[in-house]
Amino acid sequence: MISNKICADFDEAISDIPDGAIIGIDSWAVSATPQNLIAAIKRKGIKDLTIVTHCLIPMIFGEEQAIMVSALLPQMKKVIAAVVGIQHLGAGTFVEEYERNGLEVELTTMGTLTSRLYAGVHGIGGFYNPVGVGTILEKGKEKRVIDGREYLFEKPIRLDYALIAAHKADTMGNLVYKGIFRGDHPMMTMAANFTIAEVDEIVEAGAINAENIITQGIFVDRIIQIPQDGLGTTQKLKELIRILGDIEPARKLMFKERATTGR
Amino acid sequence: MVTKHRLDRDVIAMRAAKELKPGDYANLGLGLPSLCALFIPEGVIFHSENGALGYGRLLLEDEIDMADFHYHDAEGRFFLPAPGMCIFDVNTSFAIIRSGKLTSIMGALQVSEKGDLANWSTGDGARGGTIGGGMDLAMGSKRVIVTMEHITREGKPRIVKECSYPLTAKECVNLIITDLAVIEVTPRWLLLKEIAPGWTVDDVQALTEPELIASADLKEMEL
Repeated sequence: MISNKICADFDEAISDIPDGAIIGIDSWAVSATPQNLIAAIKRKGIKDLTIVTHCLIPMIFGEEQAIMVSALLPQMKKVIAAVVGIQHLGAGTFVEEYERNGLEVELTTMGTLTSRLYAGVHGIGGFYNPVGVGTILEKGKEKRVIDGREYLFEKPIRLDYALIAAHKADTMGNLVYKGIFRGDHPMMTMAANFTIAEVDEIVEAGAINAENIITQGIFVDRIIQIPQDGLGTTQKLKELIRILGDIEPARKLMFKERATTGR
Repeated sequence: MVTKHRLDRDVIAMRAAKELKPGDYANLGLGLPSLCALFIPEGVIFHSENGALGYGRLLLEDEIDMADFHYHDAEGRFFLPAPGMCIFDVNTSFAIIRSGKLTSIMGALQVSEKGDLANWSTGDGARGGTIGGGMDLAMGSKRVIVTMEHITREGKPRIVKECSYPLTAKECVNLIITDLAVIEVTPRWLLLKEIAPGWTVDDVQALTEPELIASADLKEMEL
């Protein structure tokens, strides 16, 4: 079957994203991150972006090794995120310079962010959220008591574009993910007007069991296979682990010491 | 006579781990709570915000070659897949978090007498930004157990009448386990249930801002 969703070039894949676009990019440091699409957006220099992401943490690798959402900070007008920085490394200090230059940072909780995307998916005009009551997240939000409990009004999030990192796509654009790389990608694909997915492998329609498909092709507009020399390949990810293993604070964060027992 | 020691972090974690039993679903916060994993009995099912439930043991420093970025918890620690593990998206993960089915062990900077929790920022100008899923866990868990040191490095109580740090959630903490005591947050007061060896009710009260009510069955902390 001929697919018109397959794209061969990352620069071409993002070529129609305009300045000022609202883009969902899920990310957990380098995991679940559509690195090659981010790199293409950086190359093109699309600006005034609103980025919706769960985790915005500082770049910990050289850009030839791995690229993270924070590489786009100079191109952002606004970011909506639940994690900004790493607590014991001075949370969020790396965005201060950008904030002084006008970057708007909207903090939220992970659960609230994914609920706002869900509302965006379903065309729900907003919802009353129990999370955040009594916290700094109350600021500027309508508070309402329903059946004796306090809630804050949260608006939906719709995305102009979602950038996705999936494991396999079939030629219809159906996606499956691997491990925790699924992240919030399924919700982001549905909340977006246009979805571009980079994948480890593109397979023929029928090669993925219909029952196992996680994201349906109707939500995926463009797919592109990560080339062997691309970012985020199995080999590159293995290298990153070795690099981190040589940095003591990173190793201590990611691995347990042999001295400890149990889990 | 027993010498008066503060319990070390491992022992706090050991005590907190006793609150979980096989079949419980649990989420462990960063830092001290994550130490509890070392002492939690077999059969407790762990949840991670980034979309895994029932994952296997964490990898050790000399097992770097076994690590795979597709399998790590919310803190970035690599784990082994395990039989019965399930993987899901973040939306489902927060459905689980908000479902009232998880027991959550969380760290804290302050807890108020009403069970308000402050654990994500000291609000002192250093840009605090890691709200993450903590507010969701505090609101949505079946039970919130806080593990923390009883006082700050400067000797100020962390159990206070009103939290001065930015809140994570109001009236959410059920049990406080510190290096000095185990305290239950009840609708009416803070109930002192266990004390570290060698400490008295007055000792603990002196380091706690709100009034503590000593439980009728107050005992030495058991591990």
